[in-house]
This record gives sequence, structure tokens and C-alpha cells, in this order.
Amino acid sequence: MHETFPDARTGRLSLAKRARPVEAAIRGLLSVSAAISVLTTLGIVVTLGTESWGFFREVGILEFLGSLEWQPVIGDFGIWPLFNATLTTSFFAMLVALPLGLMVAIYLAEYASDRVRETLKPVLEVLAGIPTVVYGYFALATVTPFLRSLLGTELVGVYNTFSAGIVMGILILPLVSSMCEDALSAVPRSLREGAYAMGATKLEVATQVVVPAAFSGLAAAFILGLSRAVGETMIVALAAGAGPKFTLNPFEPAETMTGHIVRISGGDISYDSIDYRSLFAIALVLFLVTLALNSLSRRIVAKHGEVYE
Amino acid sequence: MSAAKSRAATDARGDGSFLPNLGKRQAYGRRWAAAFAAATIAAVLVLGALVASIVNDAFGLVAMEYTVDPATLAPGGDIEKLSDAELVAALEGNLKSRRLRALGNEKPLAERERADLLALVEDEVIGWEVVETFSLAESLLGRAKVDAFMAAEHPEAKLVFRSWVNARFLGSSQSATAIDAGVRSALIGTLMTILITLATAFPIGIAAAIWLEEYAKDNRWNRFIRVNIYNLAGVPSIIYGMLGLAIFVRALEPITSGAAFGAVADPTGANGRTILSAGLTLALLVLPVIIINAQEAFRAVPRTLRESGYAVGATKWQVVWHHVLPASFDRVLTGAIVAVSRAIGETAPLVVVGASTFLTQDPTSVFSKFTTLPIQIYQWTARPQEDFHNIAAAAILVLLVLMLSLNAFAIILRNRLRAKKRFA
Repeated sequence: MHETFPDARTGRLSLAKRARPVEAAIRGLLSVSAAISVLTTLGIVVTLGTESWGFFREVGILEFLGSLEWQPVIGDFGIWPLFNATLTTSFFAMLVALPLGLMVAIYLAEYASDRVRETLKPVLEVLAGIPTVVYGYFALATVTPFLRSLLGTELVGVYNTFSAGIVMGILILPLVSSMCEDALSAVPRSLREGAYAMGATKLEVATQVVVPAAFSGLAAAFILGLSRAVGETMIVALAAGAGPKFTLNPFEPAETMTGHIVRISGGDISYDSIDYRSLFAIALVLFLVTLALNSLSRRIVAKHGEVYE
Repeated sequence: MSAAKSRAATDARGDGSFLPNLGKRQAYGRRWAAAFAAATIAAVLVLGALVASIVNDAFGLVAMEYTVDPATLAPGGDIEKLSDAELVAALEGNLKSRRLRALGNEKPLAERERADLLALVEDEVIGWEVVETFSLAESLLGRAKVDAFMAAEHPEAKLVFRSWVNARFLGSSQSATAIDAGVRSALIGTLMTILITLATAFPIGIAAAIWLEEYAKDNRWNRFIRVNIYNLAGVPSIIYGMLGLAIFVRALEPITSGAAFGAVADPTGANGRTILSAGLTLALLVLPVIIINAQEAFRAVPRTLRESGYAVGATKWQVVWHHVLPASFDRVLTGAIVAVSRAIGETAPLVVVGASTFLTQDPTSVFSKFTTLPIQIYQWTARPQEDFHNIAAAAILVLLVLMLSLNAFAIILRNRLRAKKRFA
């Protein structure tokens, strides 16, 4: 006899819960592991919050959100030059990823044979798995020189937001196209057959029946793609240029929010300086923008996602 | 209404004008079908262009000049043919006495390995210097142009075909000149970092997924955890870098620098900007991905398998350990490896956490300063010199091969585990 249990002694079967210390300990360990994700979020919110708070006490939120100059040396901390560059690169990224991603998705979901689809999808996955620093190299060492030879070296700078944006579009293309394809494939066959029965051509079925039916999924994909573009760092750090500058010309260099954080934190920076804290204020803006976009994307799916039987 | 009616009337006339625009509509459809296919082909071509541009820069002709003509050291300039004693003589005959003494103090010349001596003669006596590099396309397709350019600009230089990825590149550390620089410390740094990431994120991620799928009741707290994990998966990686900088590098400095364990192995003072900090930061980054993936794997385990365990009196943990985990472990493991192989390519968070910009020594422990392959690629790409772009391309090839082999390993592992699986 290894152990004696109460019910073993009495010889009766007890249905009461027995105390199991090991089970309880494991249970506790598992729940703590799950709570680590909450701690991570808490850590992000608290660190960004406290450091930004210190920053806003010195600079003032109005100047931060109102000024068009970011020149820490003379104490100018207006986020617009950085934010504007982020918008520019994201705009060109979406200009590539949105139409191209949708077209690839329509081709894969509606036109391609099973065999073609099974070969192409892994290729797009490979494209999605390449590290972003490699795309940064591609933008700086290949795309920019190509654009400069095409459009003239006076027009296109060595660093510019245009080629950074284009390459960023290529980066998020696989994400957008695979999410779009999932959305299109989820549209039931009966809807297509109904349209064919009415005499619609394949294109009419795809663009006037399937795409509208999958619209919420497509919108969610685009918003998620935009969120990726806003948070993308290495491409802009390498190819978009160093030095915050408010410009609407996409062929000029301009530093994005992420690019600025990487450049400044990569150098020698002393903690507890205003420069150090300003990075957390930028990161806070970045965090809030991407969080809003991600939540919006998920809400669209949750609220407007058509559920077909 | 009337238009539709009249169209219906024409269609029904039965004189062949049924669907009058049919030809036009079909032509339109064909044009767009071609456009959709073209977009897809374009996406694939871009991948090709990306790979081609990297290969194009990683190999090619290099024009080099020397300070001492190798032909004066060995017949035909082939120093490989010299004996060890002749190599030592070449060093002693050409180097300044101060440099010779310094080398002798490191290790006497006579006791050095042959490869070491060869490298010394190449570096210090001949002193190869890159004056011009050419891409693979230029080297193969425009050889005449290259030769004409060389004759005009650098008539003295020697033109050799060089693979920038070579044994020496893999075996040597960072250097101020591109031709001597290598990825050794970065490669070791990457592997150490990723081991820490895997060792922390894997158990925690699986434990969290077990909690959420097997234990958690559907209450507000657990719903919050679920939503939170999805939100974390969408946070830009650079934000994780900021978190790592604030938490691991600064707040937990005594632990991450090793001071708390009395193990400050690194006298250069990494101050918390260590491999440990980098690995933990990446662990937080991949954790949501590992959790979500493991949750999906657990969800795919049929309910009946669990019930059969309960039916024979197993406790909850026994069911998880003996039934759910063995039945899903292939998917859990491969998902985790794929997530970690993505983390290998992460650059931005590690720059923020404080990767060293110029590290010539290999890391000795987890409390050492660090650099990783993507960091090297970033720094070399950011330099204006052409030859640094060549070694950046070479480092990219090393990185891609590393990631591909990890993915291949994951696939092989999955197939092995599948074959051994007790439950289908």
C-alpha cells in the first residue's frame, strides 16, 4: 500500500473532491503563464505612459501635436514631420498592396486551378517570411537606384519615402492577399451559382457578387495591412532617410516615427534625457494608432462579417 | 423598370440577340482575367527580383590593389605554395619590428598554424585593398566594359572573381574594412539569442495555451486575456524593443547584466544591453504567436479523446499531459519553430534594446554584449561604401539559409512526430 486514502480506509467510494496539491500547483502555474501576456500589455502601457508623461510635462502636448518642427537640439518637438512621413510611406505601401493584393486574391480564389493555387500560395508565404531588413536592403540597393536611373537623379533622392513605400507595399502584399483570399473563399458556392444561373460572366460574379459579399473581410485585411505599414521599421530606417523633415514630396528624404526611434536609440543616448523620453512619446502615438487600426479591423469582422451557412 | 422590360422583350425575341452585349462582356471578362493573372505573376516576379538583387551583389568581380606585390614573395604570386618557414620569413622581412613584436607577444610566429600565417601574410604584408567591386550581372554580361573601365581607372589592380560568402566570411568577426569583415560573432549572437527566446517563450506559450483551451472558464478575465493576446500579436515589433529597453535593460539591469549572480563576465560593461535582454525581448515578441498557434493545435484535438481519459478516472492534468499534448505536439512544435525563425530576422527591437554597433569579439556568455545577423545587415547596408553592400548581401544569404534550414528542420520534425504519434 503506497498511500491510504479516506475512502480506501472506510472501503466506501467517495464522490467528494479530493485535495490534489500537484494538480492545484500546475493549475496555478498555467494561469500565471497566461497572465504573462496581460503583464506584457501592462508593461507596454506603463512604460510608454510614464516616460511620455515625463516628456509631456516638459514639452506640452499642444506643441507635440501642433508644431511642424522636430528639432530636439533647439527644443522643437512637433510630431507632424515624423507622422507625415509615416503617412506618406504607408500611403504608397497601400497604393501597391491594395489593388495588387486584391487582384492576386481574386485570381487565386476565383480563377486559379487547385494546382496553381497550391504552388503559388507557398511562394507568397516565402515572400511574407523574408525579414524586413532584407526588404530595406532591396529598397536602398536596388529599387532606389532603379528609380533614379528611370526618373533622373535630380528628381529622386538617394533616400526617399517613395521607394520605401513601394517596397513596404511589396512586404505587406502577401498578408493582404492571403487575408483577402480567405475572405473570398469563405463566400459560399451557392451565391456564385445563383449569379451564373442569371447569366453573369465570371468577372461579373467575382466583382459584383463575391467581392461585395466578402467586403467586411477585405476591409479588415486592408486595415490590418495599413497597421503593419505604420509600424514597419527597417525599410524606412534604411531607405526613407535620416532627419525629420515636413515635406509632401515623396522623392525627398523624410524620417518616419519608427525610423526616428531606431536611429536615435541605436546611437549613444543617455537615459533620463528629454531625447530619450521623446522616443517613448512617439512610441505611444505609434502604439495607439496601430491598436486603433487593429481593433477596427477585428470589429469589422465581428460586427459586419457575413456568416453563411 | 421600362428599360428592363424592353430588354427582356428583345432577349426573348429569339432572333439571336439574346443577351446583346454578351460578346463585349466576355471580352471585358477575359481582359480582367488576364490582369488578375498578371498581378499574381508580378508578385512572384518581385520575389525573384529580390533574390536576384541579393545574389547579384553577393558575387562578382573585385578589383584589388596591394602594397607588396605577391610575385615578389612567391613565384607566380601564389603564396599558398610557400612553406611555413618561408611565410615566417616573408613576415619578418616586410613588417615593422614593432608590429612583429606585438604579434610575437600574442603567439610566437613559429608556433602559429599555417592558416593563421597565410592570413597574416595576406593581410599585413600584401595588404589587399578593394578599389572597385562589380555586381554579378556586370561581371558575367559586361566583362568587356569592366575590362575597359579597369584599364582606364586602375591599370595596376588585379581583377578576381569573388564570392562574398566564403569560409573566411563565416569565420571572422566584424572589421573596419569590408573585405576582412565576417559574420562569426553575429552568427553566434543570433544563435544564443534565439536559444534564450525558444527556452522561455516555448514553455510559457504552451502553458498559456493549455490554460486558455483546457482550463479557463468563459469569464470576463479569460475573455480579456484572449482579446489581449490578439492585440499583442498586432503590436509593432519596435514597441517591444522599447519595452525591452525599459524593463530588461534598465529596470532589471542587475539580473540581465549578470551582476546579481556575481557573474559580470564582461569587463567592457554591457550594462544590461546583453544577449539575455535581447533573447527575453524577442520572447515577449513571439509569445502571442506561439500561444495562438498552440491554441489552434489543442482545439483540433477531438473531444472524444479527452472524454476517454476522464472516463477511466484521469485528472484534468493527466488528460492534458497524456492525451492532449501527445496528440497535438507536432503542430505545437512546428508552429513554435516557425515563429522563432521569424524572430531570427527581427532587427528593429534589437537595435532599440541596444545591439552593439561594432563588436569584434565573440560573445562568451548570456551576459555579453551582442550583435546579430540582421543587425550586421542593417549596419552594413546603411554604409555608403559599395563593398559593404556586397557583404550585406552575403550576410543576407547566410541569414536566409539559416531561416530556411530552421523551417526545413521544422517540417522534418513534424513528419517524424506524425509517424510516431499514438493518436491519429
